[in-house]
Amino acid sequence: MSATADIASVPRELSPARRALRRLLRRRGALLGLAIIAFFVVLAIGAPYFAPDDPLKTNFLLVRKPPTGLHLFGTDEIGRDVLSRIIWGARATLLAGLVSVTIALVLGVPLGLLAGYVGSWFDMLISRLSDAMLACPSLILAIALAYTLGPSLTSAMIAIGVTYTPVFVRLTRAQVLAVKVEDYIEAARAVGNSHLRIALRHVLPNVVPPLLVQATVSVATAIIAEASLSFLGLGQQPPAPSWGSMLNVAKNYIDNAPWMAVWPGLSIFLVVMSFNLLGDGLRDALDPRHR
Amino acid sequence: MSGFLVRRLTTILPTLLFVTILVFGLQQLLPGDPAVALSGEDRDPSVIAYLHAKMHLDDPLPVRYGYWLRDLVRGDFGESIRIQQPVLGLILEKLPVTAQLASMAILIAIVIGVSAGIVSAVKKDSIWDYGANLFALWGLSTPNFWLGIMLILLVAVKLGWLPASGYVSPAEDLRANLAAMIMPAFVLGNSYAAVLMRHTRSAMLQVLSADYVRTARAKGLDERVVVLRHALRNALIPVITLGALSFGELLGGTVLTESVFTIPGFGKLIVDAVFNRDYAVVQGVVLFTATAYIVLNLVADLGYFLVNPRMRG
Repeated sequence: MSATADIASVPRELSPARRALRRLLRRRGALLGLAIIAFFVVLAIGAPYFAPDDPLKTNFLLVRKPPTGLHLFGTDEIGRDVLSRIIWGARATLLAGLVSVTIALVLGVPLGLLAGYVGSWFDMLISRLSDAMLACPSLILAIALAYTLGPSLTSAMIAIGVTYTPVFVRLTRAQVLAVKVEDYIEAARAVGNSHLRIALRHVLPNVVPPLLVQATVSVATAIIAEASLSFLGLGQQPPAPSWGSMLNVAKNYIDNAPWMAVWPGLSIFLVVMSFNLLGDGLRDALDPRHR
Repeated sequence: MSGFLVRRLTTILPTLLFVTILVFGLQQLLPGDPAVALSGEDRDPSVIAYLHAKMHLDDPLPVRYGYWLRDLVRGDFGESIRIQQPVLGLILEKLPVTAQLASMAILIAIVIGVSAGIVSAVKKDSIWDYGANLFALWGLSTPNFWLGIMLILLVAVKLGWLPASGYVSPAEDLRANLAAMIMPAFVLGNSYAAVLMRHTRSAMLQVLSADYVRTARAKGLDERVVVLRHALRNALIPVITLGALSFGELLGGTVLTESVFTIPGFGKLIVDAVFNRDYAVVQGVVLFTATAYIVLNLVADLGYFLVNPRMRG
């Protein structure tokens, strides 16, 4: 057998990302989480097709009707179809979770990268600011921010994103501090790579796995935070549907229309649980020490 | 000990200073002229001018921050525009209610979370372990305001066991106070219990495989003694620290719990302040909770220092 054939017969080693993906797909919890997230994403995107009714259409003949064949999840205090509002509300919830974590990543990762890589006074400044923000309970800080920006879904997303930023600053900074003393970084520097190239091409890729895990878990908490702000009247404004604001109204009718509270709460629980399951699965897949 | 305390204090003071900068900065983001907002519907120019001078609004930003910080250090958190009372007084008035709710929640969380964590680690990969992990997943995924609403429906409306909402002072009627607070405390402690369960499980698993635990078992000690006296004592050290770090979230949770159960604590104070555009109160609550969180973490660190002989060495 020739040398070329020998090499060809050796099974190709999988890349770390593929190995992690394989490990992730072997975890039933993570798969269940992914499936539920996919279900809600499809529901949110296809809301105009899946919703049986207009989520804003009121009907005063159908005020607070329990679930029936016509209205599977019942109707609310002004006769709107709860199922349709749940389906449309999935958009606000998923959007809030993803956008706010994206804001936190966009702000937090470069700041953490710079703080860890540059060090000195910049690191001190960013670290103290992060500590100060982390010292404020995230929901209370988000309330103060959302209040300052004015109540709306956009304000809530910005408030949550800014509130979550220090978590990503800290995580990125800690990873960069660990990575930048490695031999391969020293080697990259020795061959004349610029600081920017080293930070982006050599340091950043090594920071991605823990960031991915943190981002997934943060989407779960951001969804709860958005629902909390909407519940308090600082997020999505009526009549636009959001699961948190639906619960805010439902609490006033809990004794005679409990279905108004059951479905939005259950939906939040399912989506948050799914992101938590996925986050746990990713943590196990990307960091074998956690298994 | 004093060296450790000095080191910790030197990190705390700049953090507190940055918290004040953050809160002051938030105030500057508010749209409009605060003097106009405070001058009432008449918007009398002389009143606006007086307020400008009183609040130093025409001074440069760093000077205004200096005045504001000076007042804070003197314990002057400003005045509520709605209730016309000093903010610090309002916070201190509501504090006992929130402190009782938070303390009861922590107690419930420790009992449930730490016990579930121990059982889960000792019976690893058994049905108990899976049950405890499911409980943690449930706790971390359930919004506490929804859990509150569902418990009101079940325990208060359907079963009639406990009052649905409201607050009675313990000095007035302790029994009624506990009846009113137990459900909100459980709701607030639920997610904290899940966090504690995960920390305890992970710490116990690490400790249970340590050499000294193996030695204790080899000596023929009863398993209960090994787990509770040898393993748990060491496993609790990181749990205390990590638990203290999650305390801020518990404080944040009081906002929603107090809203659902209409409890007049400072969580409800901030919500009412938001709806009445009473910024001094919002600012005061943020400052107060941040300071409380920083101080509690210092206390946890001191506790960690005292129970862990290696740190003293």
